[in-house]
Amino acid sequence: MPLVEIEVNGKKMSSEVEERQLLVHFLRDDLNLTGTHVGCDTSQCGACVIHLNGIAVKSCSMLAVQAYKSSITTIEGLAEDNKLHPVQEAFKENHGLQCGFCTPGMIMAAVDLINRKPILNEKIVREELEGNLCRCTGYQNIVKSILAAAEKVQA
Amino acid sequence: MYKFNYIKATSIEEASTALSSNPEAKILAGGMTLIPTMKQRLASPEQLIDIRHIEELKFIKNESDNIVIGSVSNHFEVSSSEIVRNNLPSLSKLAEGIGDPHVRNMGTIGGSITNNDPTADYPAACLGLGATIKTTKREIKADEFFIDLFETILDEDEIVTQVSFPIIKNSCYMKFPNPASRYAMAGVFISKSDNEIRVAVTGAGENGVFRWKEMENALLSDWSTSTAETIKLSSEGVMSDIHGNSDYRANLVNIMAIRAVETLSNGN
Repeated sequence: MPLVEIEVNGKKMSSEVEERQLLVHFLRDDLNLTGTHVGCDTSQCGACVIHLNGIAVKSCSMLAVQAYKSSITTIEGLAEDNKLHPVQEAFKENHGLQCGFCTPGMIMAAVDLINRKPILNEKIVREELEGNLCRCTGYQNIVKSILAAAEKVQA
Repeated sequence: MYKFNYIKATSIEEASTALSSNPEAKILAGGMTLIPTMKQRLASPEQLIDIRHIEELKFIKNESDNIVIGSVSNHFEVSSSEIVRNNLPSLSKLAEGIGDPHVRNMGTIGGSITNNDPTADYPAACLGLGATIKTTKREIKADEFFIDLFETILDEDEIVTQVSFPIIKNSCYMKFPNPASRYAMAGVFISKSDNEIRVAVTGAGENGVFRWKEMENALLSDWSTSTAETIKLSSEGVMSDIHGNSDYRANLVNIMAIRAVETLSNGN
């Protein structure tokens, strides 16, 4: 089996993986980082979004071997020194979740969005959430959370 | 997924040699179609040759009135490129509308046109602008490149290295995306240069992307919204599925064409 050198949430490691193992299963099953979810498994829902070298991708549509020598951030790696990331904080404050299943993907997508487009409005946020499905909230509070987080990051 | 082995290629030559020596191998670019297809066991290559990290295939440049894009450039890189936005805003907008942000961060232009999905966006831009596709073996005109559903003129051991789009400022892409998948249910790319009008249609043809010659000729003799409204696409040869029958789709194509002509006429 190929050896994959990878950095996950700041920790460098090398791990043997089967070629056909998906990145999301490597994270969940091998590293026990179960915050990244598998919702649809057909690259529609975005529950599996993680950052690959700082950019949001769907980890269910990518092989672990493709991440060779890459740096991965999952939802578990966002908080620093037990202090929530501003986007996590905003989701908490604005009740940006109900069941919470889509939340890790939503937050990872939102962090990437705020990095790319610091100036946001409701229309842009809704368009950019194209790849993330939520079946509870009707998106109202998710959009509110992201706008609040963007404002905080800007300030 | 069935078992396979994996090579991470570091040069075009390495990828090309690996592909020629194994008829059961497949090129992996962004993987946004190939991996989901393999997960469903609709494809089972024996070997994947990953070309995503080949530096020689990653570029976007302006070269003698053409925008030339390396085949592993992803959709985000194309849509956010200043060079593309300033010279071919229609292409920039098209790339911005593919899939969703996360898919755009991985999916590549080379992968999209090689796959030739009948509802993909890039094939419409290639035909609509008259692009030239360069491979490890030759240069191919877009008019000859796309053959049928998921089929191109490429040989089994041929790899797309770059796509060259003529800078035609008067060009526009209008798409009616499927509300769930965001794939085009009808997409029309129109370009208008001094001596030629091209109208390319994706998302609708039973044999994939095609040039709507009747509309091209009509617009060439009278460029106007009313011409676009008068010419009707026959529903013969237009796809019919659960998302819409062929009459519905043919009408959507018409509406997208009208909107594109309208937009171009307003100078946008």
